[in-house]
Amino acid sequence: MRGRDLAALLFLAGLGALLASVMAELGFGNPPLRAGGPILEQSPSQVGAANIVTSVVLAYRGMDTLVELTILFTAATAAGMVLGQGTRAGRSQSPAGFILSTAADALFPFLLVLGAYIILHGHLTPGGGFQGGTILAVAFFLPLLAQPNAGIDERITTWVEGSAGAAFLLIALAGLAGDGFMAPFPGGELGELLSAGSLPVLYLALGLKVGAELAGLMGRLLTEDEA
Amino acid sequence: MTSHSDLLGIMFYGAAVALLLIGLYTMLTRRHLIRVLLGLTLVEAGVNLALVAAGFRPEAAAPILGPGAAPAMVDPVPQALILTAIVIGVGILAFALSLVVRIHRTYGSVDLQVIGERLASDPDGTGSEIRRRAP
Repeated sequence: MRGRDLAALLFLAGLGALLASVMAELGFGNPPLRAGGPILEQSPSQVGAANIVTSVVLAYRGMDTLVELTILFTAATAAGMVLGQGTRAGRSQSPAGFILSTAADALFPFLLVLGAYIILHGHLTPGGGFQGGTILAVAFFLPLLAQPNAGIDERITTWVEGSAGAAFLLIALAGLAGDGFMAPFPGGELGELLSAGSLPVLYLALGLKVGAELAGLMGRLLTEDEA
Repeated sequence: MTSHSDLLGIMFYGAAVALLLIGLYTMLTRRHLIRVLLGLTLVEAGVNLALVAAGFRPEAAAPILGPGAAPAMVDPVPQALILTAIVIGVGILAFALSLVVRIHRTYGSVDLQVIGERLASDPDGTGSEIRRRAP
């Protein structure tokens, strides 16, 4: 092991020196990034979302987000294929203790509200579909940690995931009536809850899809039975 | 202001490179598969930090429009990129973890060395022989 450790350290020292010189060239605070400036200027009138990161994620790079959802879906499908059908009937896992069970029950409504809030305010404040969707997934995953035998109903997660994905695609296709595929419909007063046109709806679909996907994925990993 | 900004730059980029190197070291030297994956997430965190830090502007606010005149804001594009990168990282991690579960199911270990030995003694490469011999 000694020789391997030394070789790894030598390699990392060289890589570190290389990266340090690259970053020194890059310049902090004034890097050669040219897309940000115009987006900052134009996005309030073009998209109308107060959170400009959201305008980038869903409008300027909306196609990218669609492909990213596809990647997440592919990863979840591949994980499901690798794990195979869980045979939960075999061995039963003991339920968690009093503290985790009580906390999971008590936190459930708050996590749901927080997740929904973060998704619906994604165009106004930091947050959005990915972050809120993760919180929604945790809301359903915590009770599963407390009661591992309960399991997550995969029919429901699959249904939510499928319909949310279809809604995302339909809104994207509806953009064809305007400026093109994935084009947003601006509208509403900047900073209001109902603003930025189709962006909140897109984020809602995205959040539900991410939440259902993650909940199903974590549930599948947790209830995985040792053969 | 320049020296202050330079110091911040050394801090952020230094932390990013350090995270990346620690992660790579973990991946190179650990034999436990879960620890290798932990190293992978550290590398991801380092890369993400470097990208977010690249969007930094001196004296700028977060790219969220408030009431009144908009002050100078940091670059939103790297932040949106990181949002994408984090989610893809989660997907990759989940897939890798399920592969680890599968490896453990087939070879009965998550230690790379043990897996290598068992692979070498596996006649048909399916692990059925190992499972048969296992108690």
